[in-house]
Amino acid sequence: MREWADFTTETAKDGAISIALSGPLCVSSVGRIDTRLRAIEGQVEAIDLTKVEDFDTVGAWIVVRLSEERGAKITGGSEKATRLIAAVRGDHIDEDLTDQTSADASSEAAARGWPSRTVQKLGSIVTGYLEGITKLVGFLGALIIAMGALIAHPRRFRIIALVRQIQLSGVGALPIVGLMSFLIGIVIAQQGAVQLRQFGAEIYTVNLTGRLSMRELGILMTAIMFAGRSGSSFAAQIGTMKLTEEIDAMRTIGVSPMEALVVPRIVAALLIMPLLGFYAAVLAIIGGAFISMFALDIPFFTFLIRIREVVPLHDIWVGLIKAPLFGLIIALAGCYQGMQVQGNSEEVGLRTTVAVVQGIFAVIVLDAFFAVFFTEVGWG
Amino acid sequence: MNTPETQDEPAVVVEGLKNVFGSHVVHEDLDLTVRRGEILGVVGGSGTGKSVLLRSIIGLQPPAAGHIEVLGGEVAEERDPGDIDVRSRWGVLFQGGALFSTLTVAENIEVPLREFHPEIGDELRREIALYKIKLAGLPEDAADKFPSELSGGMRKRAGLARALALDPELLFLDEPTAGLDPIGAAAFDELTRELQETLGHTVFLITHDLDTLYEICDRVAVLADKRVIAVGTIPELLALDHPWIQEYFNGPRGRAAQSAQRRAKAKAMDKIRKAGA
Repeated sequence: MREWADFTTETAKDGAISIALSGPLCVSSVGRIDTRLRAIEGQVEAIDLTKVEDFDTVGAWIVVRLSEERGAKITGGSEKATRLIAAVRGDHIDEDLTDQTSADASSEAAARGWPSRTVQKLGSIVTGYLEGITKLVGFLGALIIAMGALIAHPRRFRIIALVRQIQLSGVGALPIVGLMSFLIGIVIAQQGAVQLRQFGAEIYTVNLTGRLSMRELGILMTAIMFAGRSGSSFAAQIGTMKLTEEIDAMRTIGVSPMEALVVPRIVAALLIMPLLGFYAAVLAIIGGAFISMFALDIPFFTFLIRIREVVPLHDIWVGLIKAPLFGLIIALAGCYQGMQVQGNSEEVGLRTTVAVVQGIFAVIVLDAFFAVFFTEVGWG
Repeated sequence: MNTPETQDEPAVVVEGLKNVFGSHVVHEDLDLTVRRGEILGVVGGSGTGKSVLLRSIIGLQPPAAGHIEVLGGEVAEERDPGDIDVRSRWGVLFQGGALFSTLTVAENIEVPLREFHPEIGDELRREIALYKIKLAGLPEDAADKFPSELSGGMRKRAGLARALALDPELLFLDEPTAGLDPIGAAAFDELTRELQETLGHTVFLITHDLDTLYEICDRVAVLADKRVIAVGTIPELLALDHPWIQEYFNGPRGRAAQSAQRRAKAKAMDKIRKAGA
């Protein structure tokens, strides 16, 4: 059974009220009397604490607030009560400190209304974007310089780091990329067959699956998977290394983080993306061939032979040309965002998200551009 | 008495340093000289830019104005490939150790060796790493552990071992005893002192630890009001009438550290006397 704080009021002849609090006056027991206390109307003359059994800072705050609002005198408090009331009033808190912080906070918030705040926010977003673009271009420049330096001194190239990245981002991605592409191939072929049947053109399912996989879907799905698997891990790894001062430590030892961390990841992306993309396209076609056995009664190998007839060679080139570029963009976004991490671990999460979103967005925009471009130049 | 002119060239010279973050000026007109072979402690309240000063000296924070010379030369922002520059002559211990988390302790220590002296063979490099581990007071089996498997104190020692990898002339320590228990901190202080006496390098040390200041620092530089307001031995600083310095060294913690040092000295004298008798 919890004990609650309570109080009684006494009204004198001249209308002045005095309040006598009783019971424990603690965080666990004041909840119920607060509203009642606030509801008291009229002039409060005195607050009597003689019957209060226990007391903490919440109780003290209620008493202080009451006495300050109503101008009441506090009487009969124990030694502890007096001490806590003094503490809550801030009697002995360093005045310089409280003044300074409250002044800073109020000048920021109070001075501006929402219209100017909105404009200010908009302005800072715009300048933030501009600054971001400048920095990204700067990063790209630094990367090119580092690449140039490595071409001049090929012995400094970190082959072990490159192989490790290829293993992590490339070989490690094979199962998931393969499975995903196989399933996508099934979906395209099956849905394509259903739609094309309405025109009696089921046989074009082969064209649809083959050309779409080679030109677009293989590489696009791989890029999205690469952004999710590797772009994010680049950002998180490098960002964490920044937080733990590992990057600073590298610099003081004379190891360039650009050479040791960024270049191997970028080069790995450039190398593995075409391979992964082609692999994904092949598996999508296999998925299409697999489902066609059931949906269209086309034998598996007939489907594959037909692919050779309907998919022109330049479709493969379209995919292979786009792949390294997509890899570059995703890896660049990941490494760049990682290097921008500052301050705390929340920033790592934030930058990782930004890296993936930026990477995928840029890839899709670029892909739309390429789709039009390649058709216009006659590789339709 | 030695005056700075009669000694070797100073290890670090900072002149008119200015550091600005946005509109916030951290340093202005900061001057500091670190003499060769001394242990210089840098103190200052939180936010006075001790770490920024360190980062400026080791070239991680390009200053807005001013001139910094380390071991007689300027620090370029990035090392020219294949060049042996000032970075091979210093060692830096960061606050959290900043060990490379994907490498073992021994491999961490091998990184600077590999970077600056690729001509050293694998076997010798490994041997060097192993005795540096011992030198830093770590057990031998720590060599093949990853940083995540070490305690905070051991990580600092491993960081120190890496900082010592190239037998540097100049050692930078950023709050070496922060986060260590009193026994571990005292042991680390002793290690710093012993290593300095044995290897003869200069130590630039940022600290909040008054015990460290009393125990091992030859001189102390006080950072306040965006500048180094005073450099000197602790008695010299106490003779100054600056309120912050007075409060810092004469506050309750300052006095405790002072008396602890007196007790330690008395004990040492006792030992010598007993040994003599």
